[in-house]
Amino acid sequence: MFDFLPQIPLADWVDDFTVWITNTFSFIFNPIRNQFGDFMSWTADQLASIPPVIVILLVAVLAFFITGKRYGLAIFSIVGLVLVYNQGLWDELMNTFTLVLISSLLSVIIGVPVGILMSKSKVVEAIMLPILDFMQTMPAFVYLIPAVAFFSIGMVPGVFASLIFATPPTVRFTNLGIRQVSTELVEAAEAFGSTGFQRLFKVELPMAKGTIMAGINQTVMLALSMVVIASMIGAPGLGRPVLSALQRAQAGPGFVAGLSIVILAIIIDRITQNLNKSKA
Amino acid sequence: MPIIEVENLSKIFGKNVKESLQLLDDGKKKDEILKQTGDTVGVNRVSFEVEQGEVFVIMGLSGSGKSTLIRLVNRLIEPTEGSVMIDGENLATMNKEDLRRVRREKLSMVFQNFGLFPFRTILENAEYGLEVQGIDKKERAEKAKNALDLVGLGDYINQYPKQLSGGMQQRVGLARALANDPEVLLMDEAFSALDPLIRKDMQDELLELQQKMKKTILFITHDLDEALRIGDRIALMKDGVIVQIGTPEDILVNPANDYVERFVEDVDRSKVLTAENIMRRPETINIDKHGPRVALERMGEEGLSSIYVTDNQRMLKGYVTAEDAARARKNEIRNLNEILKTDVPTVERDKPMQEIFEMIYDSPIPIAVVDNGKLVGIIIRGSILAALAGESEVQINV
Repeated sequence: MFDFLPQIPLADWVDDFTVWITNTFSFIFNPIRNQFGDFMSWTADQLASIPPVIVILLVAVLAFFITGKRYGLAIFSIVGLVLVYNQGLWDELMNTFTLVLISSLLSVIIGVPVGILMSKSKVVEAIMLPILDFMQTMPAFVYLIPAVAFFSIGMVPGVFASLIFATPPTVRFTNLGIRQVSTELVEAAEAFGSTGFQRLFKVELPMAKGTIMAGINQTVMLALSMVVIASMIGAPGLGRPVLSALQRAQAGPGFVAGLSIVILAIIIDRITQNLNKSKA
Repeated sequence: MPIIEVENLSKIFGKNVKESLQLLDDGKKKDEILKQTGDTVGVNRVSFEVEQGEVFVIMGLSGSGKSTLIRLVNRLIEPTEGSVMIDGENLATMNKEDLRRVRREKLSMVFQNFGLFPFRTILENAEYGLEVQGIDKKERAEKAKNALDLVGLGDYINQYPKQLSGGMQQRVGLARALANDPEVLLMDEAFSALDPLIRKDMQDELLELQQKMKKTILFITHDLDEALRIGDRIALMKDGVIVQIGTPEDILVNPANDYVERFVEDVDRSKVLTAENIMRRPETINIDKHGPRVALERMGEEGLSSIYVTDNQRMLKGYVTAEDAARARKNEIRNLNEILKTDVPTVERDKPMQEIFEMIYDSPIPIAVVDNGKLVGIIIRGSILAALAGESEVQINV
């Protein structure tokens, strides 16, 4: 129907653009890949070097206290983590945990300030909303390709992909949380002569904390869900056995690795949720 | 010098501000402007002054622009036009830093729904205004504690707002406003969210505090009874315009127009009017000049059964009855002193009418209204009925 229009070489442009970015910013990407990659494997090694018994006990104690001295989550943690160890997936678990931890931390460090900016400025909000939609709906495989171009393979592009996918909830919830602070409290802050920063840190952020924590919880869960996809670009962790089981059509090992991810997810989810409740 | 001077203050919400201002100049009304430009006139060319130590009440129904007006006074809302002078400084045009300084040092606000920070303890809430000024911890805790003691919450400093009742929460709001010792208290429907009994307590307490502190208070309310109770002067607002400014008596007795009149129709006048408002000019005789004969004559002329007696300085001496005066004339008694009765029912001129009811019920003679012993007026049953009925012939002055 629209044959009179020649095909727009969009794909070529993006290709060229990616190459251009890779070449132009290699002075940034390369140090990130090396230094950050080293840091991440160091962290994973450190975690893996702690005897599993101690890790399991620590998690159980943390779960016990953070859920208000209830045994449920603590017992689940012990049983679940022992099962993961028993299946010979402990090192993978530690790698996955490192990946989730680091990418969630980065997501929060980037996401909260962006969310604050969005809440303060309609212009920033108007710019960010489509970007966030883009980040959340674009299939993850698509940005794995440039991620590899920028950062080669391993943990670092995994973190990069996870950042893109998992940061939006933190941004959105931070924005929402601050905008939802009641007018009267904002007026009270203003009427007593608060500066912008005082208003933000003494009133708005404390009031929005619950909502922001809900966003962070979502971010952590999304980061975890990126584990399998990240393993396609060589990120170590529980995604690998899932992927190899998929390639070899082995239902059993695939299920075991998948179950390990679920166990980790439940423990992290309940702990971060209760972190929110106990302080709010 | 008045501490708050508001002049020609306007606020227009919308996009065609210039056009709307022009229409205001042409004398167009709020709804006409809304139709023509789509803009809402919040406050329309309002001017008033509040003196140091005065309780000035702005009263109006919802949509009258009163909440917008109070927010223009501390510039939580940017004025479209006009000036707000606080202590000689124009708030409407000053830069942000000066504005912050004035808000910190001179203006405090109390909010309708208290506006307390739920994650802070009572003490921390009361400290807020001092905290943002960067006052050190010890000093601000002390000042905040004092303010909380003042409102009777000294024992609750470590509780959280949710643990307190509504009335107590608003005391915290009040303490927070008082903690940084402002010159002006802005109270936005401060007691409207409380139930009626508590509201009355809070009004009394505010008046009591005001006796001690002598702050200038700008109080917003939609409740006329509240306005009449606590206001030294009241401004009545409608559609963004101040319809009338005056003392409670002024507003009740001389309503500026039909709107005000309809408004004050349902007011319980007995709570507001005082002896002064309902008294009449007394018929008297002078003890230094007159005898029983004159007394009897005067009573005959006016159709009275008794008459008040004063001296040359108009000091109240007592009264004589027609009966006694007639007997005295028969017995050739010349001096009024012999028949003078001194069991006079008297009230001071600022006695609320409500408290006069019972006196007049028991009293066979009119009640004497005195000012430092001088007779300034009398109250008869008829004048009370007239005042309750809201008749316009009620006199304010002697």
